[in-house]
Amino acid sequence: MEDAVEARPETVDLQAEYQASGLAEVLEELDRELIGLAPVKARIRETAALLLVEKARRMMGLAQEAPTLHMSFTGNPGTGKTTVALKMAGILKRLGYVRKGHLVSVTRDDLVGQYIGHTAPKTREVLKRAMGGVLFIDEAYYLYRPDNERDYGQEAIEILLQVMENNRDDLVVILAGYADRMDTFFNANPGFRSRIAHHIEFPDYTDDELLRIVEHILGGQNYTLSAGARTAMADYIRLRRAQPHFANARSIRNALDRARLRQANRLFETATGALDARALSLIDESDIRASRVFQGGLAHERAPSAGDPA
Amino acid sequence: MRITQGCFSFLPDLTDDQISAQIDYCLGRGWAIGVEWTDEPHPRNTFWEMWGNPMFDLRDAKGVMMELDACRTANPDSYIRLIAFDDTRGIESVTMSFIVHRPKVEARLRMTRTEVDGRAIRYAHEVVR
Repeated sequence: MEDAVEARPETVDLQAEYQASGLAEVLEELDRELIGLAPVKARIRETAALLLVEKARRMMGLAQEAPTLHMSFTGNPGTGKTTVALKMAGILKRLGYVRKGHLVSVTRDDLVGQYIGHTAPKTREVLKRAMGGVLFIDEAYYLYRPDNERDYGQEAIEILLQVMENNRDDLVVILAGYADRMDTFFNANPGFRSRIAHHIEFPDYTDDELLRIVEHILGGQNYTLSAGARTAMADYIRLRRAQPHFANARSIRNALDRARLRQANRLFETATGALDARALSLIDESDIRASRVFQGGLAHERAPSAGDPA
Repeated sequence: MRITQGCFSFLPDLTDDQISAQIDYCLGRGWAIGVEWTDEPHPRNTFWEMWGNPMFDLRDAKGVMMELDACRTANPDSYIRLIAFDDTRGIESVTMSFIVHRPKVEARLRMTRTEVDGRAIRYAHEVVR
């Protein structure tokens, strides 16, 4: 009753709204912490602008329907889909489109049951947890198995579609996965395509961006690269990309973990006296050059031309 | 006869918004919430039927409201209560409980007095419809 008689504002200052929502903070954080991903950031800015305007329109009584916010993130592994989803939850929370702003990250195993009648309660359980936040379904195309028509994934899909339609105010669903397989998935389930308003593509990182990511990760862990190690890392990135199972930033993060391991080992074996902070945090060229990537990858995956008889 | 058990039972029935607000309060303190129902609101009947397991890792009241709506649809003519469990003492102890749904016609409690052993009196209560 009181809402109806409450006077609506005549004008809306978008800048003031932008500042008040704390959106600037999240977007700056996005710029600072995520390297590269220019098209993704642009799309997020657009989406954020749209939501801000939509919010202003709602305040003036121009819009009635809540906008569809379900999204799909497509891109190769390690391109930052989960990280961006987490930020997205923060953005939506600040704009007031979700109430709590938490991220529930699930895969097929969390949604689909083992036997008849197991799937629906399992999916509902997950949906209940995600209420008021963002449900992130990684590798969503596994939900749909075209080779088995009695697969329980279909049941999960039906419940999801129903909730995506009826509880639009309560949660936002983000589907993620590789681009080509997501396309097949959407073609087989047209209901999903029409319920998802925002399709965001995550490009692969360039070599330069990956090197900057290396420095960003190491900076956060108080490690530094020597000049030689930096060149070695650039070589490493170039070689690793050509080898199988390359997962962008994730591969790089794993490589750094192994480099730290080798650094610790080197220090342990060679150090004779006291070590200073600099020595403890310096990653040397040898720590990176020792990687199997420089010998052409894992033994069984090496190209025959690498001269390995086995 | 209005059954009074748990919190808020002397107040008018809570609306769904008010129930949501109470659930948010509980979730904000880290309590788990269970939905329970019964058709026998005798004060000594402390164990009501559980509507599913208590919900442990929810963040938003909507999840509980969905279960409550499902329970209401399945048991329209019964009492439904929400129970909040606090685990700070190492056990899930009931820390809040309130009725969120009542049958259209509520049951009555009838008291009977029996004289025993001379002039001593035994009291008994039973639910009658």
